[in-house]
Amino acid sequence: MDSPDRTQDTSQQRLQSAASFKEFMLKSSTKSNLNLYDHLTRLLVKVMDERPHNVVDVIEDMSCDVKRALFEEKQSTLRDLPPSTTAEPLADKQRLLFARSEEADQEEELVETCLPNVSEIGFYLEQAGVSLGREEMQRVFLALKQLVESQALLRCRLWGKILGTNSSYIVAEAEYREGEEEEESTEEAAEEEEREADTQENEDEMDPLPQSTHKPPPVVPKEAIGTGANKFVYYVCQEAGLPWVKLPSVSPAQITAARQIRKLFTGNLDTPVVSYPPFPGNEANYLRAQIARISAATQVSPQGFYHTGEEEGDEEDEAPRDSYEVNPDFEGIPVAEMAESLSTWVHHVQHILQQGRCTWVNLAVKPGEDSNEEGEAEEKEEEPDELEPEVGPPLLTPLSQDAEMFNTPPWSSKISSTLTSQHAVAVLRSNLWPGAYAYACGKKFENIYFGWGLKYAGVGYSPPVPPPPQPEYPSGPEITEAQDPSLEEEQALKESLEEQQAAQEELEDTDEEEEEEDDE
Amino acid sequence: MDSDSLYYSLELVAGSGHTLTVEQRTALQTSLVILKKNYNFHRVLFWGKILGLKEDYFIAQGRGEDEMQDKKNLYSFNCMDWLLLPPATDSMIETVSRAAKGRFTGDPSHVYEYVEIHRQGERDEEEVVTKLNEESRLAVTVHQIDEEVSVVPRGAFIKSPHGLVQINRSFGGLSHSEARKLDNFFHFSKPKNLKKKSILELGDLNPAIDFLDVLTGDIPEGSWSLQFECAGKVCVLRSLSWLGLTFYHVPMTPQHGYIYIGDGSKNLDLPFML
Repeated sequence: MDSPDRTQDTSQQRLQSAASFKEFMLKSSTKSNLNLYDHLTRLLVKVMDERPHNVVDVIEDMSCDVKRALFEEKQSTLRDLPPSTTAEPLADKQRLLFARSEEADQEEELVETCLPNVSEIGFYLEQAGVSLGREEMQRVFLALKQLVESQALLRCRLWGKILGTNSSYIVAEAEYREGEEEEESTEEAAEEEEREADTQENEDEMDPLPQSTHKPPPVVPKEAIGTGANKFVYYVCQEAGLPWVKLPSVSPAQITAARQIRKLFTGNLDTPVVSYPPFPGNEANYLRAQIARISAATQVSPQGFYHTGEEEGDEEDEAPRDSYEVNPDFEGIPVAEMAESLSTWVHHVQHILQQGRCTWVNLAVKPGEDSNEEGEAEEKEEEPDELEPEVGPPLLTPLSQDAEMFNTPPWSSKISSTLTSQHAVAVLRSNLWPGAYAYACGKKFENIYFGWGLKYAGVGYSPPVPPPPQPEYPSGPEITEAQDPSLEEEQALKESLEEQQAAQEELEDTDEEEEEEDDE
Repeated sequence: MDSDSLYYSLELVAGSGHTLTVEQRTALQTSLVILKKNYNFHRVLFWGKILGLKEDYFIAQGRGEDEMQDKKNLYSFNCMDWLLLPPATDSMIETVSRAAKGRFTGDPSHVYEYVEIHRQGERDEEEVVTKLNEESRLAVTVHQIDEEVSVVPRGAFIKSPHGLVQINRSFGGLSHSEARKLDNFFHFSKPKNLKKKSILELGDLNPAIDFLDVLTGDIPEGSWSLQFECAGKVCVLRSLSWLGLTFYHVPMTPQHGYIYIGDGSKNLDLPFML
């Protein structure tokens, strides 16, 4: 019948559940390494031995006693440190941002002129839809104030933020006071002298190696600090509150290389930039080159805000205007007009030429400093090719003349708000350098860049192809291979040589005969 | 990101430089509520913005009961009036990959044309013209971004035994040390690499939580950038293969979300850039 089976099943189930519960009780606790089964056994053994009065009331105390009797020194000498986060050291550094210096009263006047109205800029940028978040913008502006106070800068402005893979860069654009520019150039000259001394010593010690006939193309000289692409000095920091680092000035070779490569930033200024064509410098130089390119392409202002200095009267002069001044008579252009037409905006940073500089340099004329090892005379070279001077668009050209690339218009403009258009801001967005924005509202305007630091490449980027391999040596007849002459050719040659010899001997014989005849 | 957390979470992703204006934010707060009621969504997310040459598209996503399968995308120009995007089918994806070139223009009825000349035999030349309108391109782009780079932290979503993917209400957030490692973040899309894991790895996993692909399996390696922003308090992940996707998570809290603000094009040059 079924019932004994069923009872057997249920009893088996009960046994199984009892076994699993015993297993559960035998599990050791992670904290104290005891288990419930052993503890209950010990407790009941103690009760059996002692047989106290009113056991059920004192059983908890007995349980504690049993546990205490087993107490082992578990606490190790190592203590757990609370897990540290990155936030804590950063918070310590950022605390300094909020410290007010003691000499604040004396320097307040200076600081006010250097730093723009930061809260206002943050507000307008938010209207334009571009912002780092309110608190972060405030931190960045406080860091900017710290920069201005630590370095005596004439003018300082937030240029923007460049994102990187490990960390990002916050970039500030500044203008030096005069007199501070000379320090950098003397340092560079000292380095060059050291290098020259080293190479000379090496040459004396070793046997001279064969010289290659390769003449590297002449290096385009850097622009002086304060002019052209080096007009402003840039400082970067990784997070607001961390110390600002000054970026080196940019050279045309770096700009030319940066135009051909496409690389992301890592966030560490010392990382080498591994690319083809090889970039002359590390990430700090690459960053500076990209900043120069972005500034030249996307820094714009409303037309009329700046005008060129009136001292340069000759318009026939080919030297591009490189100075501009704030126009005191500027009255502001209505926002609707600014958002509709691009001709109301102008570039106020010089365009960088193909050469990598803002002012063209004729490289065919060799300046006295460059001297080859062979000591060629400077003027007797091949006649300087008539290189046409590269001319870029003059300063303050309107944006409507910007070229279209990859079928996209270079700029997109709009008004920040359609519902309250009387108080709206005109916003300009660059399509060539995604992340570059400019806003204008009445007499106020600002440029900013928040992005990855890369230009829009259209369909895809293909790296430049390496040049064809160069011939190593000029080929001449003594080095060119020729096929060994075959047997017939050798025989033919031998026969013709014999014929020649025979002919010569005949001639000699006839000469001798003639002489003999003459003699006779 | 969830519409309920929109008002504070925009600050957390603003490290990429893009944010919404106050006017857009207030409009979203109203319109997303209306959207949720009209379409009967369980949750409405503000998915992001796709920047076009003339106009920008604001994209919202509504989620139904199953967070992975029931998704509907909508777009708008003024954050108020929303239009439904068609679901992306395979044929649409193929057409887009052939015909779509250049940036989004901002006009949903813009037509992209692609002319192919098929030669059959020596003389027959057929011109096959594929036409694509921008709305489909938008739908396919949103779908692709979701498939490839949508991110969730480990433990935030649970797969029930029936196969329904739902929010894990007892998710307390990743710890600070866990948030530093990229393998605690998952793709929120159908897993492709899950079965390729070894038995050793599978032993440590919990099938209710670990049913998605990990980010560290992405090719090329290094296509995610993990940083701590907002004074080191928020873990921010940025995708380098779709530039503009930002994911945020505040460790030790259940707050997380992602947003895409960019021009809607995949970064095919990534191997050169790393």
